[in-house]
Amino acid sequence: MTSQTLGQPALPALDVSGTSAIPFSRLVRVELRKMADTRAGRWLLISIAAVTALVLVIQLWVVVAQDLVVNFTDFMIAMNTPMGILLPVLGIMSITSEWSQRTAMVSFSLEPSRMRLVAAKFVSTLLIALAAVVVGLVLAVVANLLYGALTGNTVVWGLTAVRVLSYFLLHVFGMATGFAFGMLFLNTAAGIVVYFVYSFVLPGLFQLGASLLGWFADLQPWIDFNAAQNPLVQGDASGSDWAHLAVSGLLWLVLPLVVGTWRVLRAEVK
Amino acid sequence: MRRIPTCDRLSAMIKVEGLTKTYGGFTAVDDVDFVCQPGTVTGFLGPNGAGKTTTMRIMVGLTPATRGQVTIGGLHYKDIPNPGRHVGVLLDASAQHAGRTGREVLTLGARTMGLPDSRVDEMLALVSLDEKESRRRVRNYSLGMRQRLGIAHALLGDPSVLILDEPANGLDPAGIRWMRGLLKGYAERGGTVLLSSHLLHEVEIIADEMILIGRGKIVAQGDKKSLIAGAGTAATFVTALDNEGLAAGLKDKGIAVSAAGEGLRVETETVEVGRVAADRGIVLIDLRPAEGGLEDLFLSLTADTQRDAVTEGAQA
Repeated sequence: MTSQTLGQPALPALDVSGTSAIPFSRLVRVELRKMADTRAGRWLLISIAAVTALVLVIQLWVVVAQDLVVNFTDFMIAMNTPMGILLPVLGIMSITSEWSQRTAMVSFSLEPSRMRLVAAKFVSTLLIALAAVVVGLVLAVVANLLYGALTGNTVVWGLTAVRVLSYFLLHVFGMATGFAFGMLFLNTAAGIVVYFVYSFVLPGLFQLGASLLGWFADLQPWIDFNAAQNPLVQGDASGSDWAHLAVSGLLWLVLPLVVGTWRVLRAEVK
Repeated sequence: MRRIPTCDRLSAMIKVEGLTKTYGGFTAVDDVDFVCQPGTVTGFLGPNGAGKTTTMRIMVGLTPATRGQVTIGGLHYKDIPNPGRHVGVLLDASAQHAGRTGREVLTLGARTMGLPDSRVDEMLALVSLDEKESRRRVRNYSLGMRQRLGIAHALLGDPSVLILDEPANGLDPAGIRWMRGLLKGYAERGGTVLLSSHLLHEVEIIADEMILIGRGKIVAQGDKKSLIAGAGTAATFVTALDNEGLAAGLKDKGIAVSAAGEGLRVETETVEVGRVAADRGIVLIDLRPAEGGLEDLFLSLTADTQRDAVTEGAQA
């Protein structure tokens, strides 16, 4: 093998005329592969499906045991919790694992356009988030059918296009916010901690502020991205809800994405 | 596939011009200029923290330069399409995901560059990582195995330029010999190699050209002979049947002599020692130039940048 590879008569000069840039689709495929080719990545993906299934099993169990009446929407809302926690972690880790493992050095030397690489990462993470939501929906359908079979109650679907769209948006927002926080901190632990503070502690503080200060109560809907996403959970967003979502999203999603991208483009890759 | 003519406009494959990198008030790389020719191995030599790695990182766009530029084949690195096919880079063998197998690391590289997966097996064979080792996670690799993997990764795209930072680090003596052969062969095929090291003896055997850097500045460059000639002072190790007689003869001529192991260290060229021995009819059993010449030069040129002061007696 050695003699075969080294026995080639001469190396080509640096003639780039015959070389085309790496196609974007190829970058996306490689990034998708990177998310599943380590134990951490593979188990994160498996646990998104497994935890969602587990939540639905528990819900089904409680519903059947207590003879409750539920519908498809209840099952969809139940799986928001595991998805809402794990998809942002996926977004964070897709960026930070390159930094903590220092593979960014290799990735950026194979594709010096960091913007393209960041975009490929975002698209691949988005594809996984969409696939996860589809898997979640399928699991919820199965849970609702089992509910009907086990209880003998009428199976209620009440599924609308707006509800499904809201659902996808909700989790794409979650993933994308995680992705932005990942770029902002370039460190898995910091990204996850800050994301959870933002996601679980901040809404309470906003509520407290709104109940104590009159002027803050008027401001809060425009800056509280978590609260603004609640209509998506319910699937009944109105005109002003969308406006709140857009403005608060600018603050908590677009701004971190822009600053984070700027940071990744400029960061010295160590 | 053709041989690269050495004297056309491509004669400088890597060109570093006025390269400077400052961090706040600290200058890591200070107005560095050098070129690397196709068909040669260039050794980039300096103590730890001298600016070697920073220079190489700037070459491949991982660190922005404060001033100056680097071109490879006339292009900035970022303007080379699919650069892995043209420039093989190994900056840190440990910068791989610990949870990936060696084979997976190469597969990701091959897929990114658009190469068939068969190339991965070729490269694994080239660096002597067997099937079983290739399926182990990088976490369980020794530093030597990581270096082999990194060299395989750098060679994946059959590049015409190799940029390797401390590639011999962690390799065992057999591994270092293997790498020397590999890079020599690569340069003979017309490739351009730039490799860094903080160990002189690693570089002096393999490099056609040497660049010595200390505290961010280039302190000397050239081939081994011209560097030693530039150093001025020559020394000789000699062992004779009658060491005392020889030492006395040399001292008569005003040449400094000191004991060194079985024989003597003489501060002059070998020919002078031989002449004295011949005049006095003394039988020599060993006569050779002191290998330390280049090392002394290396240490003295970079002395003010060393963490450990070079003591007077160190060269004896």
